[in-house]
Amino acid sequence: MSPATASDPAALVTSAAGALITAVTSGKGGVGKTFITANLAAALARQGERVLVLDADLGLANLDVVLNLYPKLTLHDVFTGQTRLEDAILPAPGGFSVLLAGSGMIEYSRLTPTVRDQLHDVIVRVRPRFDRVLLDTGAGISDVVLYTISLADEVLIVATPEPTSLTDAYATIKVLATTQPRRLIRLLVNQVQRAGEARAIRKQLQLVIDRYVNAGLDKPVMIELLGEVPYDASVRESVIKRELLLDGAPGSAASQAIVAAAAKHLAG
Amino acid sequence: MAAARGLNPDVALQLLHQSGHGPLPGEPMSDVWLQALIDALVDLSSRDALTGLANRRSFELALAREIDRVARSGEPALLLTLDIDHFKRVNDTHGHAAGDLVIQAVARALADTVRPMDLVARVGGEEFSIVLPNCPAAFGPQVAERIRKRVARSPVDIAPGETVGVTVSVGGAFAPQWVRTTARLWMDRTDLQLYRAKSEGRNRCCLEPTAVPLVSAEEKGLLFAASTFQDLT
Repeated sequence: MSPATASDPAALVTSAAGALITAVTSGKGGVGKTFITANLAAALARQGERVLVLDADLGLANLDVVLNLYPKLTLHDVFTGQTRLEDAILPAPGGFSVLLAGSGMIEYSRLTPTVRDQLHDVIVRVRPRFDRVLLDTGAGISDVVLYTISLADEVLIVATPEPTSLTDAYATIKVLATTQPRRLIRLLVNQVQRAGEARAIRKQLQLVIDRYVNAGLDKPVMIELLGEVPYDASVRESVIKRELLLDGAPGSAASQAIVAAAAKHLAG
Repeated sequence: MAAARGLNPDVALQLLHQSGHGPLPGEPMSDVWLQALIDALVDLSSRDALTGLANRRSFELALAREIDRVARSGEPALLLTLDIDHFKRVNDTHGHAAGDLVIQAVARALADTVRPMDLVARVGGEEFSIVLPNCPAAFGPQVAERIRKRVARSPVDIAPGETVGVTVSVGGAFAPQWVRTTARLWMDRTDLQLYRAKSEGRNRCCLEPTAVPLVSAEEKGLLFAASTFQDLT
């Protein structure tokens, strides 16, 4: 890749044909981001989509734990030139592909120019081979997370109704609004206790954003609800068994909610 | 008597003499005299020969001390790393003697610009670091900028009637308060900002953005105001 293209990565990534790239992020950790990402990918794959989940949680990856995979080849090997990209893309249970970060990525948890270029390069190269790419970003709003999101076509924020999660989701949206041109942000609320709770949360988030963020922007940031996943005991069970909820408890309310969110995502 | 212990101070004395050190106090080989010799050698081994600034060894010691202090006191501390812009060009165009004069002039400018409690060190060829204890986050950019400007407006005399303009790029990061960081991590974060300053065009300061509370109490109040989920908390 020439230095000229590396200087403006986002433009190059979005101009290339291929998969729709969605960054999944959360602000706060422990809200089920990776769990949602994996099951969303499985639901999309069932709809006939070629889906790749890229573990972009470079510092503290745990997609391998969620999927019960112990890969020999990872993104780390791709970054260090020890393997070819195509050899590190592995089939995951659920009918989608994964590119796992792997241990040793701690060196990549800071956004150095090398990390920028390599992450960008990998995304450019996987894009033509899939219909959907989900980037499972790390928790927090570090520069690596923000950069990863900047490489995506759209961003999905996973939150729970807990105040700490909402605060961090809001903080993430605020930072994105002020540092990136993105104006549509999708929201999925996990672990809701009552049907319709996510709608109320979206409305409240939008209200605060309108007052404190949009006031200073020429084009307002809009939050769109992708879905809500109810609190469901079968989720905990499948997480502990380290299997996909869609495989272990396909009839559960949470499973059906994820399938519905996937359908909405496909509809655009 | 020290001579009876078989001590030989000759090389040490030569070294001190060569570095311009004056005579040591007390009777030669007396305890007072030996202590002064040790002190003088310690001073010599913690200074950079060209500039008289702290050398890399004493810089690392000072950094470790500062990390310890910040972890205990929670006081803000700033680390700056500076690199002379296009230094190789000075060496190539005007020769190494001119290069040395530039390094010495920058060293003087740095030492003159900081507070007595700050430690200025020459850590590499044309690279300097400054540890600034108890430096509030709000003052960081001003301090860095003051240093940069001071260097930029002080041309260096490299030969009679010949001066060169010198600029520096500055990178900086604050130590995480109340947390024990490592010297390596702190220096890496600072280096990253120095790299940013270089790639953004040199002769500028880049400080790692400090974490300001992103969400105000007012915003939180409104965020949690929805009665629909208030009872869940």
